[in-house]
Amino acid sequence: MSAPTRPRAATDDHPLVRAVLMSVTFVFVALFLVMPLATVFAEASAEGWKAAVEALCEPDAVAAIELTLLVAAIAVPLNAAFGLAASWCIAKFDFRGKTLLATLIDIPFSVSPVVSGLVYVLIFGLQGWFGSWMRDHDIRIIFALPGIALATIFVTFPFVARELIPLMSEQGRDEEEAAVSLGAGGLRTFFRVTLPNVKWALLYGVLLCNARAMGEFGAVSVVSGHIRGQTNTMPLHVEALYNDYQYVAAFAVASLLALLALVTLVLKTLLEWRYADEMAAARSH
Amino acid sequence: MSLSICGVAKAYDRYPALKGVDLTAPKGCFLALLGPSGSGKTTLLRILGGLEFADVGRVEFDGLDWLTLPARERRAGFVFQHFALFRHMTVAGNIAFGLNVRPRRARPAKAEIARRVEELLSLVQLEGLSSRYPAQLSGGQRQRVALARALAIEPRILLLDEPFGALDAKVRKDLRHWLRALHERLGLTTVFVTHDQEEALGLADLVAVLNEGRIEQVAAPAELRARPASPFVADFLGQGQPVPNFVTAIRPAARPAARGHGGGESGVA
Repeated sequence: MSAPTRPRAATDDHPLVRAVLMSVTFVFVALFLVMPLATVFAEASAEGWKAAVEALCEPDAVAAIELTLLVAAIAVPLNAAFGLAASWCIAKFDFRGKTLLATLIDIPFSVSPVVSGLVYVLIFGLQGWFGSWMRDHDIRIIFALPGIALATIFVTFPFVARELIPLMSEQGRDEEEAAVSLGAGGLRTFFRVTLPNVKWALLYGVLLCNARAMGEFGAVSVVSGHIRGQTNTMPLHVEALYNDYQYVAAFAVASLLALLALVTLVLKTLLEWRYADEMAAARSH
Repeated sequence: MSLSICGVAKAYDRYPALKGVDLTAPKGCFLALLGPSGSGKTTLLRILGGLEFADVGRVEFDGLDWLTLPARERRAGFVFQHFALFRHMTVAGNIAFGLNVRPRRARPAKAEIARRVEELLSLVQLEGLSSRYPAQLSGGQRQRVALARALAIEPRILLLDEPFGALDAKVRKDLRHWLRALHERLGLTTVFVTHDQEEALGLADLVAVLNEGRIEQVAAPAELRARPASPFVADFLGQGQPVPNFVTAIRPAARPAARGHGGGESGVA
């Protein structure tokens, strides 16, 4: 009595190879991804959940949470719009310097976040290019919300564009041309044809962009000035608490940050699961 | 009230795609643009559709200065080689698109649009498929949806870019007859691009043979077969058929023997 065996395909690996590959992957994921995350939650609840919740309700923590959400609310819509515009022009137009532009978009991925933060200090800081002019006009960018928002925008710029460019290039201009020949104007073509065709990729890019915008540490750290209750975002607040030996509070805020990221991932998975057919249809024709 | 193309030329980055094309076709005519790839036939079709712009030249159609009209105002029903169906819309949504995007004043009522869609679906024999997505259709069905979508805007002219290029041989044959019958029924001026001489000769009233951005000959299929105006035309039409003897008789050195007969220059007398 043996179960009906599946015919072996030519590309099937030896069962042993499969077992080894799978266990290596699982062990790696458990060791490097799941365990640290679990530690964060465990540390946060070391003195009971009550202490953790109290740490989150403390005014400086609340300010940090608010600032983080505000910065994300500024950076994500702007980058969604910029990313859409950039991928539109790279994917649908032919012009000189197109490859260069595509490379430039990737700069934030390749440059260390600390460097991107420093750039803004060099430009807008007191000793920077516009420093004295801005001091005279009482404009504050560095060590204030605008600087944090700028640094976050810089760091999270590629996420939306990177998601959209390959998809838009693959889809080409055919459907837009069809829409125009059927009498649609530019705006109608965009909202009825182009946008619906890329909406899943756009949403995915926005989710990733959001996760990074809330979690960005390096660039924000350079421009923020670390003023508690004012210019500390959640990641900076975690560091500050940790340096003060307030482990429970630090891990409580870290847990919240991790939870926000997890929510993003869950949202993405739900969408993929719910709209699997539609997404497949958008990709193939 | 015919289609007349006058001195249309177009270059991409200095590489000429069309080098001055003149062509006249009567209204209601089924015109084929025939030529090898790179001959400029698709460029000409796209210029007629308003998707590409001529550098010089004039086109008059239906009493209109055609090239000054933007694409969206031409009401040219364009059927793309790969159909370019809106993949996120159902068949009905695709067909209704041209009606739905009309300005509010000119837009038919919802019920009227639905009625038109049903009518067109039965015209292209796709009743019952209105709620399918393009990805769920076969090639031949997509082709017919593309055609119904183009017809929905009550086009002044129908432009077909390699309409059978993406289909397999059997479907191609069936669709060809069906398209010809449809043309007779609707009486629309139709221009289609093809590189298949058999298709052009079997389907069109008038065939324009293009080569390297120029028109070599415009004639009815019978005329074209009987009196090719240039060695190129004779050669291009001769593919897959026995070569008319007189061509070799008149211009013995101008062309090698028919392709597929051992090749080379062996046939030159």
